[in-house]
Amino acid sequence: MMNIIWPAIIIFSFFAAAALGNMSDVSAALIEAGNSGVQLGIKLLGMLCLWSGLMRIASYSGLTEKIGSLMYPVLKLIFPKLRKNSEVAGAVSMNLTANILGLGNAATPLGIKAMKLMNQENKNPLTATDDMIFFVVMNTAAMHIIPTTVAMLRSQYGSTDPMEIMPAAWFNSFAALAAGITAAKILSLCLRKKGEKTK
Amino acid sequence: MTFTDWILPVTAVFIIVYGLIKGAPVMDCFLDGAKEGFDTFLNILPSLIALITAVSVLKASGGLDVILWFMKPFASLTGIPSDVLPLVLLSPVSGSGSLTMYEELLKAAGPDSFSGRVASVIMGSTETTFYAVTVYYGAVGVKRTRFTLAAALLADCVSFLLAPVSVAMFLGK
Repeated sequence: MMNIIWPAIIIFSFFAAAALGNMSDVSAALIEAGNSGVQLGIKLLGMLCLWSGLMRIASYSGLTEKIGSLMYPVLKLIFPKLRKNSEVAGAVSMNLTANILGLGNAATPLGIKAMKLMNQENKNPLTATDDMIFFVVMNTAAMHIIPTTVAMLRSQYGSTDPMEIMPAAWFNSFAALAAGITAAKILSLCLRKKGEKTK
Repeated sequence: MTFTDWILPVTAVFIIVYGLIKGAPVMDCFLDGAKEGFDTFLNILPSLIALITAVSVLKASGGLDVILWFMKPFASLTGIPSDVLPLVLLSPVSGSGSLTMYEELLKAAGPDSFSGRVASVIMGSTETTFYAVTVYYGAVGVKRTRFTLAAALLADCVSFLLAPVSVAMFLGK
Protein backbone atom coordinates (compact mmCIF):
# COMPACT_ATOMS: atom_id res chain seq x y z
CA MET A 1 0.00 0.00 0.00
CA MET A 2 2.67 2.48 1.03
CA ASN A 3 4.64 1.44 -2.06
CA ILE A 4 1.92 3.20 -4.05
CA ILE A 5 0.90 6.08 -1.76
CA TRP A 6 4.42 7.29 -0.98
CA PRO A 7 5.67 7.73 -4.56
CA ALA A 8 2.25 9.06 -5.60
CA ILE A 9 2.48 11.89 -3.05
CA ILE A 10 6.00 12.83 -4.10
CA ILE A 11 5.33 12.69 -7.85
CA PHE A 12 2.08 14.63 -7.46
CA SER A 13 3.94 17.25 -5.41
CA PHE A 14 6.65 17.55 -8.06
CA PHE A 15 4.13 18.36 -10.79
CA ALA A 16 2.18 20.68 -8.50
CA ALA A 17 5.40 22.56 -7.71
CA ALA A 18 6.32 22.74 -11.39
CA ALA A 19 2.89 24.16 -12.26
CA LEU A 20 2.73 26.61 -9.36
CA GLY A 21 6.40 27.65 -9.45
CA ASN A 22 7.18 26.39 -5.95
CA MET A 23 10.23 24.32 -6.88
CA SER A 24 12.61 26.22 -4.61
CA ASP A 25 10.36 25.47 -1.62
CA VAL A 26 10.26 21.79 -2.55
CA SER A 27 14.03 21.76 -2.87
CA ALA A 28 14.37 23.25 0.61
CA ALA A 29 11.73 20.86 2.00
CA LEU A 30 13.60 17.83 0.63
CA ILE A 31 16.83 18.94 2.29
CA GLU A 32 15.06 19.72 5.57
CA ALA A 33 12.87 16.59 5.70
CA GLY A 34 15.58 14.13 6.74
CA ASN A 35 16.57 16.51 9.49
CA SER A 36 13.01 16.81 10.81
CA GLY A 37 12.58 13.03 10.65
CA VAL A 38 15.66 12.52 12.79
CA GLN A 39 14.49 15.19 15.25
CA LEU A 40 11.09 13.54 15.58
CA GLY A 41 12.82 10.20 16.11
CA ILE A 42 15.14 11.65 18.77
CA LYS A 43 12.09 13.03 20.57
CA LEU A 44 10.78 9.47 20.69
CA LEU A 45 14.15 7.88 21.55
CA GLY A 46 14.39 8.97 25.19
CA MET A 47 10.88 7.78 26.02
CA LEU A 48 11.47 4.60 24.05
CA CYS A 49 14.56 3.75 26.12
CA LEU A 50 12.92 4.69 29.43
CA TRP A 51 9.79 2.62 28.84
CA SER A 52 11.61 -0.31 27.27
CA GLY A 53 13.76 -0.38 30.39
CA LEU A 54 10.81 -0.20 32.78
CA MET A 55 8.92 -2.80 30.74
CA ARG A 56 11.89 -5.17 31.01
CA ILE A 57 11.70 -4.93 34.81
CA ALA A 58 7.93 -5.45 34.68
CA SER A 59 8.21 -8.52 32.46
CA TYR A 60 11.08 -10.05 34.49
CA SER A 61 9.09 -9.74 37.70
CA GLY A 62 5.88 -11.08 36.15
CA LEU A 63 4.02 -7.78 36.54
CA THR A 64 3.15 -7.50 32.83
CA GLU A 65 1.41 -10.88 32.82
CA LYS A 66 -0.47 -9.97 35.97
CA ILE A 67 -1.81 -6.73 34.47
CA GLY A 68 -2.66 -8.66 31.33
CA SER A 69 -4.80 -11.15 33.21
CA LEU A 70 -6.57 -8.34 35.09
CA MET A 71 -7.56 -6.57 31.87
CA TYR A 72 -8.16 -9.80 29.97
CA PRO A 73 -11.99 -9.70 30.00
CA VAL A 74 -11.96 -6.30 28.25
CA LEU A 75 -9.20 -7.19 25.82
CA LYS A 76 -10.87 -10.41 24.74
CA LEU A 77 -13.68 -8.39 23.14
CA ILE A 78 -11.27 -6.82 20.64
CA PHE A 79 -8.52 -9.44 20.46
CA PRO A 80 -10.12 -12.88 20.38
CA LYS A 81 -6.81 -14.68 19.85
CA LEU A 82 -5.11 -13.14 22.87
CA ARG A 83 -4.08 -15.64 25.55
CA LYS A 84 -4.73 -14.97 29.22
CA ASN A 85 -1.68 -14.44 31.46
CA SER A 86 0.48 -13.63 28.44
CA GLU A 87 3.00 -10.84 28.23
CA VAL A 88 1.26 -9.60 25.08
CA ALA A 89 -1.96 -9.07 27.00
CA GLY A 90 0.00 -7.10 29.61
CA ALA A 91 1.71 -4.86 27.08
CA VAL A 92 -1.56 -4.22 25.23
CA SER A 93 -3.31 -3.29 28.51
CA MET A 94 -0.53 -0.92 29.51
CA ASN A 95 -0.65 0.80 26.13
CA LEU A 96 -4.42 1.12 26.43
CA THR A 97 -4.20 2.55 29.93
CA ALA A 98 -1.53 5.06 28.92
CA ASN A 99 -3.71 6.14 25.98
CA ILE A 100 -6.77 6.64 28.15
CA LEU A 101 -4.78 8.62 30.72
CA GLY A 102 -3.46 10.83 27.93
CA LEU A 103 0.19 9.81 28.35
CA GLY A 104 0.92 9.92 24.63
CA ASN A 105 4.67 9.62 24.93
CA ALA A 106 4.39 6.56 27.17
CA ALA A 107 1.68 4.95 25.04
CA THR A 108 3.86 4.75 21.93
CA PRO A 109 6.80 2.82 23.49
CA LEU A 110 4.37 0.51 25.31
CA GLY A 111 2.48 -0.05 22.07
CA ILE A 112 5.71 -0.86 20.24
CA LYS A 113 6.48 -3.44 22.93
CA ALA A 114 3.05 -4.98 22.40
CA MET A 115 3.59 -5.07 18.62
CA LYS A 116 6.98 -6.77 19.08
CA LEU A 117 5.49 -9.43 21.32
CA MET A 118 2.62 -9.98 18.86
CA ASN A 119 5.05 -10.30 15.97
CA GLN A 120 7.10 -12.91 17.85
CA GLU A 121 4.09 -15.21 17.67
CA ASN A 122 3.44 -14.30 14.05
CA LYS A 123 4.18 -17.08 11.59
CA ASN A 124 4.79 -14.55 8.82
CA PRO A 125 6.68 -11.71 10.53
CA LEU A 126 6.53 -9.48 7.42
CA THR A 127 2.71 -9.53 7.31
CA ALA A 128 0.44 -7.98 9.92
CA THR A 129 -1.86 -10.37 11.81
CA ASP A 130 -5.51 -9.50 12.46
CA ASP A 131 -4.75 -8.71 16.09
CA MET A 132 -1.90 -6.38 15.12
CA ILE A 133 -4.26 -4.55 12.77
CA PHE A 134 -6.94 -4.16 15.47
CA PHE A 135 -4.24 -2.88 17.78
CA VAL A 136 -2.86 -0.26 15.36
CA VAL A 137 -6.37 0.88 14.36
CA MET A 138 -7.17 1.28 18.06
CA ASN A 139 -4.07 3.43 18.44
CA THR A 140 -4.95 5.69 15.50
CA ALA A 141 -8.12 6.77 17.31
CA ALA A 142 -7.63 9.03 20.31
CA MET A 143 -8.96 7.51 23.50
CA HIS A 144 -7.81 9.96 26.16
CA ILE A 145 -10.23 11.14 28.83
CA ILE A 146 -8.75 14.61 29.10
CA PRO A 147 -7.63 16.27 25.85
CA THR A 148 -4.80 18.19 27.56
CA THR A 149 -3.22 19.84 24.52
CA VAL A 150 -6.54 20.95 23.06
CA ALA A 151 -7.76 22.36 26.38
CA MET A 152 -4.48 24.22 26.90
CA LEU A 153 -4.57 25.83 23.46
CA ARG A 154 -8.23 26.71 23.79
CA SER A 155 -7.66 28.55 27.05
CA GLN A 156 -4.57 30.22 25.58
CA TYR A 157 -6.72 31.66 22.78
CA GLY A 158 -9.32 32.99 25.20
CA SER A 159 -11.99 30.29 25.40
CA THR A 160 -14.58 30.97 28.10
CA ASP A 161 -14.83 27.24 28.77
CA PRO A 162 -11.82 25.28 27.40
CA MET A 163 -13.19 21.92 28.61
CA GLU A 164 -16.69 22.29 27.13
CA ILE A 165 -15.78 20.20 24.08
CA MET A 166 -15.04 17.10 26.16
CA PRO A 167 -18.40 15.26 25.89
CA ALA A 168 -18.52 15.93 22.15
CA ALA A 169 -14.91 14.74 21.79
CA TRP A 170 -15.60 11.56 23.81
CA PHE A 171 -18.65 10.79 21.72
CA ASN A 172 -16.65 11.42 18.56
CA SER A 173 -13.65 9.29 19.60
CA PHE A 174 -15.87 6.46 20.67
CA ALA A 175 -17.82 6.48 17.40
CA ALA A 176 -14.62 6.65 15.35
CA LEU A 177 -13.01 3.85 17.36
CA ALA A 178 -16.10 1.67 17.05
CA ALA A 179 -16.28 2.33 13.30
CA GLY A 180 -12.58 1.54 12.82
CA ILE A 181 -12.67 -1.70 14.80
CA THR A 182 -15.94 -2.81 13.19
CA ALA A 183 -14.54 -2.12 9.72
CA ALA A 184 -11.39 -4.05 10.56
CA LYS A 185 -13.42 -6.98 11.92
CA ILE A 186 -15.61 -7.07 8.82
CA LEU A 187 -12.61 -6.84 6.48
CA SER A 188 -10.88 -9.62 8.39
CA LEU A 189 -13.95 -11.85 8.10
CA CYS A 190 -14.40 -11.08 4.39
CA LEU A 191 -10.76 -11.86 3.64
CA ARG A 192 -10.95 -15.08 5.59
CA LYS A 193 -14.03 -16.16 3.63
CA LYS A 194 -12.26 -15.33 0.40
CA GLY A 195 -9.61 -17.75 1.62
CA GLU A 196 -6.81 -15.24 1.87
CA LYS A 197 -3.95 -17.07 3.51
CA THR A 198 -1.69 -14.56 5.27
CA LYS A 199 1.14 -14.88 2.81
CA MET B 1 0.17 19.79 41.14
CA THR B 2 -2.51 17.73 39.45
CA PHE B 3 -3.56 14.14 39.11
CA THR B 4 -1.70 13.80 35.80
CA ASP B 5 1.58 14.82 37.45
CA TRP B 6 1.33 11.73 39.63
CA ILE B 7 0.65 9.06 37.01
CA LEU B 8 4.10 8.74 35.50
CA PRO B 9 6.18 8.78 38.73
CA VAL B 10 3.77 6.43 40.51
CA THR B 11 3.90 3.96 37.61
CA ALA B 12 7.71 4.04 37.43
CA VAL B 13 8.15 3.63 41.20
CA PHE B 14 5.54 0.87 41.32
CA ILE B 15 7.28 -1.13 38.56
CA ILE B 16 10.66 -0.77 40.27
CA VAL B 17 9.38 -1.66 43.76
CA TYR B 18 7.44 -4.65 42.40
CA GLY B 19 10.63 -5.81 40.66
CA LEU B 20 12.63 -5.47 43.89
CA ILE B 21 10.04 -7.49 45.84
CA LYS B 22 10.20 -10.26 43.23
CA GLY B 23 14.01 -10.22 43.44
CA ALA B 24 14.66 -8.86 39.95
CA PRO B 25 18.05 -7.24 39.22
CA VAL B 26 16.19 -4.03 38.38
CA MET B 27 19.12 -1.95 37.16
CA ASP B 28 20.39 -4.69 34.84
CA CYS B 29 16.88 -5.25 33.53
CA PHE B 30 16.44 -1.55 32.90
CA LEU B 31 19.71 -1.28 30.98
CA ASP B 32 18.91 -4.32 28.82
CA GLY B 33 15.49 -2.89 28.03
CA ALA B 34 16.77 0.61 27.34
CA LYS B 35 19.26 -0.84 24.84
CA GLU B 36 16.37 -2.53 23.08
CA GLY B 37 14.70 0.90 22.90
CA PHE B 38 17.67 2.16 20.94
CA ASP B 39 17.42 -0.72 18.45
CA THR B 40 13.75 0.08 17.98
CA PHE B 41 14.67 3.70 17.25
CA LEU B 42 16.98 2.53 14.47
CA ASN B 43 14.15 0.42 13.01
CA ILE B 44 11.70 3.32 13.02
CA LEU B 45 13.98 6.05 11.71
CA PRO B 46 13.95 5.17 7.97
CA SER B 47 10.14 4.99 7.80
CA LEU B 48 9.85 8.19 9.80
CA ILE B 49 12.13 10.04 7.38
CA ALA B 50 10.16 8.66 4.42
CA LEU B 51 6.88 9.90 5.93
CA ILE B 52 8.21 13.36 6.80
CA THR B 53 9.70 13.71 3.32
CA ALA B 54 6.38 12.99 1.63
CA VAL B 55 4.42 15.30 3.93
CA SER B 56 6.79 18.26 3.78
CA VAL B 57 7.18 18.02 0.00
CA LEU B 58 3.40 17.93 -0.37
CA LYS B 59 3.05 21.05 1.76
CA ALA B 60 5.94 22.97 0.16
CA SER B 61 4.85 22.22 -3.40
CA GLY B 62 1.43 23.78 -2.92
CA GLY B 63 -0.03 20.36 -3.77
CA LEU B 64 -1.97 20.42 -0.52
CA ASP B 65 -3.67 23.67 -1.57
CA VAL B 66 -4.58 22.10 -4.91
CA ILE B 67 -6.25 19.17 -3.16
CA LEU B 68 -8.03 21.57 -0.80
CA TRP B 69 -9.32 23.61 -3.72
CA PHE B 70 -10.81 20.45 -5.27
CA MET B 71 -12.36 19.41 -1.97
CA LYS B 72 -13.99 22.72 -1.14
CA PRO B 73 -17.30 22.02 -2.92
CA PHE B 74 -17.66 18.78 -0.94
CA ALA B 75 -17.09 20.50 2.38
CA SER B 76 -20.44 22.27 2.24
CA LEU B 77 -22.16 18.94 1.59
CA THR B 78 -20.66 17.32 4.68
CA GLY B 79 -21.32 20.20 7.07
CA ILE B 80 -17.64 20.59 7.90
CA PRO B 81 -16.93 24.36 8.06
CA SER B 82 -14.68 25.27 5.14
CA ASP B 83 -12.02 26.82 7.38
CA VAL B 84 -11.66 23.48 9.21
CA LEU B 85 -11.02 21.62 5.94
CA PRO B 86 -7.21 22.09 5.86
CA LEU B 87 -7.03 20.61 9.34
CA VAL B 88 -9.10 17.62 8.27
CA LEU B 89 -6.74 16.95 5.40
CA LEU B 90 -3.55 17.35 7.38
CA SER B 91 -4.45 15.66 10.66
CA PRO B 92 -4.00 12.03 9.49
CA VAL B 93 -0.55 12.75 8.04
CA SER B 94 1.18 15.35 10.19
CA GLY B 95 0.91 15.86 13.93
CA SER B 96 2.94 19.07 14.13
CA GLY B 97 1.36 20.41 10.93
CA SER B 98 -2.18 19.95 12.16
CA LEU B 99 -1.29 21.49 15.52
CA THR B 100 -0.02 24.63 13.79
CA MET B 101 -3.12 24.76 11.62
CA TYR B 102 -5.34 24.29 14.67
CA GLU B 103 -3.65 27.21 16.42
CA GLU B 104 -4.10 29.43 13.38
CA LEU B 105 -7.77 28.53 13.27
CA LEU B 106 -8.23 29.29 16.97
CA LYS B 107 -6.57 32.65 16.38
CA ALA B 108 -8.69 33.49 13.33
CA ALA B 109 -12.11 32.09 14.24
CA GLY B 110 -11.90 32.00 18.05
CA PRO B 111 -12.03 28.84 20.19
CA ASP B 112 -15.75 29.22 21.02
CA SER B 113 -16.96 29.67 17.44
CA PHE B 114 -18.58 26.75 15.66
CA SER B 115 -15.44 26.20 13.55
CA GLY B 116 -13.25 26.46 16.63
CA ARG B 117 -15.31 23.85 18.45
CA VAL B 118 -15.45 21.47 15.48
CA ALA B 119 -11.67 21.76 15.08
CA SER B 120 -11.19 21.13 18.82
CA VAL B 121 -13.33 18.00 18.69
CA ILE B 122 -11.39 16.73 15.68
CA MET B 123 -8.08 17.41 17.41
CA GLY B 124 -9.31 15.70 20.57
CA SER B 125 -10.63 12.60 18.87
CA THR B 126 -8.01 11.64 16.26
CA GLU B 127 -4.37 10.69 16.31
CA THR B 128 -1.93 11.09 13.43
CA THR B 129 -2.90 7.90 11.59
CA PHE B 130 0.03 7.67 9.18
CA TYR B 131 2.49 8.38 11.98
CA ALA B 132 1.05 5.60 14.15
CA VAL B 133 1.03 3.13 11.26
CA THR B 134 4.60 4.10 10.32
CA VAL B 135 5.97 3.86 13.85
CA TYR B 136 4.22 0.65 14.95
CA TYR B 137 4.87 -1.35 11.80
CA GLY B 138 8.32 0.20 11.29
CA ALA B 139 9.35 -0.91 14.78
CA VAL B 140 8.61 -4.57 14.09
CA GLY B 141 9.54 -4.57 10.39
CA VAL B 142 6.10 -5.56 9.08
CA LYS B 143 5.82 -4.75 5.36
CA ARG B 144 2.33 -6.00 4.46
CA THR B 145 -0.11 -4.01 6.58
CA ARG B 146 -3.17 -5.45 4.78
CA PHE B 147 -6.37 -3.58 5.70
CA THR B 148 -4.86 -1.42 8.46
CA LEU B 149 -4.94 1.85 6.50
CA ALA B 150 -8.44 1.22 5.15
CA ALA B 151 -9.90 0.69 8.62
CA ALA B 152 -7.89 3.48 10.26
CA LEU B 153 -8.78 6.04 7.59
CA LEU B 154 -12.42 5.04 7.79
CA ALA B 155 -12.29 5.75 11.52
CA ASP B 156 -10.76 9.16 10.72
CA CYS B 157 -13.54 9.92 8.19
CA VAL B 158 -16.19 9.02 10.75
CA SER B 159 -14.52 11.36 13.21
CA PHE B 160 -14.40 14.24 10.69
CA LEU B 161 -17.94 13.83 9.43
CA LEU B 162 -19.36 13.36 12.89
CA ALA B 163 -17.51 16.29 14.48
CA PRO B 164 -19.96 19.01 13.31
CA VAL B 165 -22.86 16.76 14.33
CA SER B 166 -21.40 16.09 17.80
CA VAL B 167 -20.73 19.80 18.35
CA ALA B 168 -24.27 20.73 17.31
CA MET B 169 -25.67 17.98 19.51
CA PHE B 170 -23.70 18.79 22.69
CA LEU B 171 -23.07 22.51 22.36
CA GLY B 172 -25.57 23.83 19.83
CA LYS B 173 -24.91 25.65 16.56
